[in-house]
Amino acid sequence: MHATRKLAGFLRPYWLWSILAPLLMMLEVAMDLVQPRLVQRIIDQGIAQNDLNVVFSTVAMMIGLALIGVAGGMGASVFAVWAAQGCGADLRSSLFRHVQSFSFGNLDELETGKIITRLTNDVMQVQELVMILLRIMVRAPLMLVGSLIMAILTSPKLALLFVVLIPIILFFLIWIINRTFPLFGVVQAKLDAINTVMQENLAGMRVVKAFSRAKYEIDRFSTVNDDWMDHNLKAVRTIAVTMPFMMLVVNTGVVATLWFGGIQVNQGAMQIGQIVAFINYLMVTLTSMMMVSMVAMRVSRAEASAVRIVEVFEREPKVVSDPEPIRTFEPEGRVSFEHVRFSYDDEDHAPVLQKIDFVVEPGETVALLGATGSGKSSLINLIPRFYDVNEGRVTIDGIDVRQIEKTALRRQIGVVLQESVLFSGSIRDNIRYGRPQADEAEVIAAAQMAQAHDFIVGFPNGYDSIVGQRGVTLSGGQRQRVAIARALLTQPAILVLDDSTSAVDVETEARIQEALAQVRQGKTSFVVAQRVGTVLNADKILVLENGQIVAAGDHDTLLDASDIYREIYESQMDNGTVNHG
Amino acid sequence: MAEPKVAQAETPKAPLPLLGGGGPGGPRAPGEVERATDRRGTVRRLWGYLSHHRVALIVATLMVIVSTGLNLLGPYLMGRAIDLYILTGDLPGLVQLLLWMALAYVAASILAYCQAYVMAGAAQQAVRDLRGDLFVHMQALSLRFFDQRAQGELMSRVSNDIDNINKILNESVTQLIASVLSMTGIAAVMLWVNPGLATITLVIVPLMTLGIAPVIGKRTRTGFRQQQENLGTLNGLIEETISGQRVVKAYAQEQTAIDEFDVANQELRRAATRAQIFAGFMGPVMGAINNISLAIVVGVGGLMALGGLATVGTIAAFINYSRQFGRPLGQIANLYNSIQSAIAGAERVFQIIDEEPELTDAPDARPLTGIDGEVVFQNVSFGYDRELPVLKNVCVHAKPGQIIALVGPTGAGKTTIVNLLTRFYGVDQGRILIDGHDIRQVKQDDLRCQLGIVLQDTFLFSETMIENIRYGRLDASDDEVIAAAKLANADQYIRRLPQGYQTELSERGGNLSQGQRQLLAIARAVLANPSILILDEATSSVDTRTEKQIQEAMLSLMAGRTSFVIAHRLSTIREADQILVINNGEVIERGTHEELLTRKGFYHQLYVSQFRATSRRVANVVA
Repeated sequence: MHATRKLAGFLRPYWLWSILAPLLMMLEVAMDLVQPRLVQRIIDQGIAQNDLNVVFSTVAMMIGLALIGVAGGMGASVFAVWAAQGCGADLRSSLFRHVQSFSFGNLDELETGKIITRLTNDVMQVQELVMILLRIMVRAPLMLVGSLIMAILTSPKLALLFVVLIPIILFFLIWIINRTFPLFGVVQAKLDAINTVMQENLAGMRVVKAFSRAKYEIDRFSTVNDDWMDHNLKAVRTIAVTMPFMMLVVNTGVVATLWFGGIQVNQGAMQIGQIVAFINYLMVTLTSMMMVSMVAMRVSRAEASAVRIVEVFEREPKVVSDPEPIRTFEPEGRVSFEHVRFSYDDEDHAPVLQKIDFVVEPGETVALLGATGSGKSSLINLIPRFYDVNEGRVTIDGIDVRQIEKTALRRQIGVVLQESVLFSGSIRDNIRYGRPQADEAEVIAAAQMAQAHDFIVGFPNGYDSIVGQRGVTLSGGQRQRVAIARALLTQPAILVLDDSTSAVDVETEARIQEALAQVRQGKTSFVVAQRVGTVLNADKILVLENGQIVAAGDHDTLLDASDIYREIYESQMDNGTVNHG
Repeated sequence: MAEPKVAQAETPKAPLPLLGGGGPGGPRAPGEVERATDRRGTVRRLWGYLSHHRVALIVATLMVIVSTGLNLLGPYLMGRAIDLYILTGDLPGLVQLLLWMALAYVAASILAYCQAYVMAGAAQQAVRDLRGDLFVHMQALSLRFFDQRAQGELMSRVSNDIDNINKILNESVTQLIASVLSMTGIAAVMLWVNPGLATITLVIVPLMTLGIAPVIGKRTRTGFRQQQENLGTLNGLIEETISGQRVVKAYAQEQTAIDEFDVANQELRRAATRAQIFAGFMGPVMGAINNISLAIVVGVGGLMALGGLATVGTIAAFINYSRQFGRPLGQIANLYNSIQSAIAGAERVFQIIDEEPELTDAPDARPLTGIDGEVVFQNVSFGYDRELPVLKNVCVHAKPGQIIALVGPTGAGKTTIVNLLTRFYGVDQGRILIDGHDIRQVKQDDLRCQLGIVLQDTFLFSETMIENIRYGRLDASDDEVIAAAKLANADQYIRRLPQGYQTELSERGGNLSQGQRQLLAIARAVLANPSILILDEATSSVDTRTEKQIQEAMLSLMAGRTSFVIAHRLSTIREADQILVINNGEVIERGTHEELLTRKGFYHQLYVSQFRATSRRVANVVA
């Protein structure tokens, strides 16, 4: 329960409600528990004594108490819901804010899907747990203990039956939980297997069809489907023992009560109403036990969620703000890397970048070239401080990026990431994402530069077209162009393009490059590219290999001076068959 | 960790919040009590799945009837025990009666278990059959179906909806039968034992339950619907924000994201609070109804006893019965919602099963084997949307063994040609012939067996490397697979993997680079040994070395086969026997590289802009 306790702090603002709910619940339970005693009174003192008044007054009391009970129960429900919903909303909000404070490094460690699950499902589970704790977790044990006490009060002798019945039920419940818990674990795994095959077939239908593998896939699916059924059947049939067995124990208790009670009555040691009341308490006690065990299973499920949530909370943002950061920042755009060493893991085992030293003057365009995994993206991610360097420093206009307030810093840097994520909403809203106050003319100008205007206007709703499931579907190249427009609109001092035209066809790319060449006037730009053609015009080309800069200079110098550059260049020039020069 | 799934039976039936919705990814069910549009038809079809197990169902129903009856016998016997033996002090008679009572209870429990056992078999098999039918049907559906629908939504149908049906079939059906049966049974027994008291009980309990429960129920339902909607909005927002978290950070829009989130979060809180409060009322109110009816039954019973119209034993029995009578009523109310949403889910599943496959084999479809590989497009026109033609009057004639390069700007229709040749989509006009056979007259499986397709984004299964390659030809031996991998230049990198060919791929081959994935796809195609090849050269970034390997592998694969290549590399294009220049869905130029260059048309322009960087007159070839 460690994680659950950690989250208990979220209940603190709602302490009053959290106390009132169980208290009112107690009231309801108490009112419930008195009823059989009153029935007993009607039988033994009313009917047996022929006393009409007792019957009337007791019935009136029963109804009165029932009404008090229902008021208590409803009150408990209201307070428990207030507490649970408030606590759940706070928890979710706090978790969301925490995730917003994460740096890229944190996001790398926690997969997106996992974060989403925690914010949605897991928070819901914990919220449900609060509800259960405040209501049923209070109610069931109270009923259990209360009815047990009432049963003993009703007839201590008959209560000896519990000595036999309670252990039987206890052992049975422990046995069934131990037995079915793993079974349902297996069933879940089998269900996952079904979903995997299903998911693969949905995603890979083209391949399945291309190789005419329908029959093969159907066989594969039948296997997992049958497997699921076999295991599920086993689990369901095991758990099916529970109800009949519980009923059997309860009913055996009733029979035994009648037997022992009958003897007592016969000896004049007991009244008939006591038997009736006792049977009532017996049923409540035993069913409450089952209730408690079911709730316990629920709690253990929520505990798993609590653990996952706490895990997110315990992650500290890796990029931390300076306590007194520079808040207004309008740089000219001189970027320099000084002895930078960077590694994705905190222990700095495998540096992705090392000994990186270079200066870019305002307005210069720098191209980064190198094989996949050579460190190009890592390098540019250090400029907007998506990650922090392990050693050395990155400065803009001589100021260490770590001293600048993150928002102020990133507003000056327009980044087009490798994968172009767009949000649902209109194309216009997407382009305006970084600067919502931009006017129509600016939006169109940015789109034109990114070579996106033409295809946007081609949509029936133009800039108002909705992106996403219910709207237009954009191709990879189109998405990249909208992403470029989005970056251009922020009018950044520094522009960073991370292989952002990979899905655009070569002709369009050439046009984008041409447009960008104009935009880049006066802006410091970093361009990551695989294609040599993209980098030819750069003021400076940095060739990276294994996290180090192995060559730097412009195209002509590098062609003469760097073997690696020449090799890349020539291999990309159709194995040197196309003449140049 | 795999979180153990706790069965429905272990979940308290108390008014717990019905939260959870679908997992992340899939859209959530729009409302807790959404209804099917054709409820009756859907139920009839669901019944169809169960009716295969008619014998089991009849047996189970009989057992439910008997066990419910035996359970009802209990309180009656209890009343008799009190009146006839305890009050009279007839202990031997009591023992005898109690033995009968115990026997009845034991039999009731055994029958209840047997019933659950039998029913589980029928229900689980029905669910398996339904899921199987769905899958089989999905295999028959054409690609248009999958292209038009969001994967997450389909996935949610096949998992969440079927899961709901599973739960309902598993327990609710028998529970419903048992509830209805015990209600009628209780009513009958009570009327028989004491008609006067019975009438009062039978009028009061349902009156109060039916008078109050629907009021709360209705508010709860609308509340839940609202909550579910708000939950969907919030979860959608979370999913989108977190998926695009890097963009949020890059544009320093964290505060905007938080503001949006807060609004949705508070809206959910408001709606959920409302819904849950009403849902929470159900328990105490039902409890109070129970207690009040108890008071009335005992009070009236007491009066009758005083007037000699009832016995103490009868009252004791009636207390039991009235409790048992209230419970099924509550259960039925509870079941109502889940049954409704399961039926709506079933309807969605049946919608897929009812979807007509767009392209089916003609009844007289011919087999297609041992072909030369001549491919002819005759005046082919096609549009994904009939209003918007993507291909217009396209004619192609590929002789066996030729390489046809498809060149043109993005969106010109190159991929569409591939989609038609594979008959993933059917032509709107004109026809496509392979060795003179119209592909519509040929079995789809046969057609595709003759085609090898290497797409840019290769789909890999989460299995071992060797199994992924073997997908090309299932009966291939390990040696054949490895030989194919060698030919495809994939052998080298596969051997460098931790477990070599036995390396398990993570989801969709996430642990391989794009270049490596493409090499694997080539190996698959090599193994399949098709007569006609369709290749889509990668435009995206692959490092130089892998690039070379891919190119080599593709060239060796193309040898001796009719090949259609969506080409981005000059080297491939120069090898081609025919280049088709496609723009706006039309073949605007065709010929060899040299022919087209001398023509100085669109191709020449394209060549100049794509393959020669204008600024420095340097060719920039690699796409």
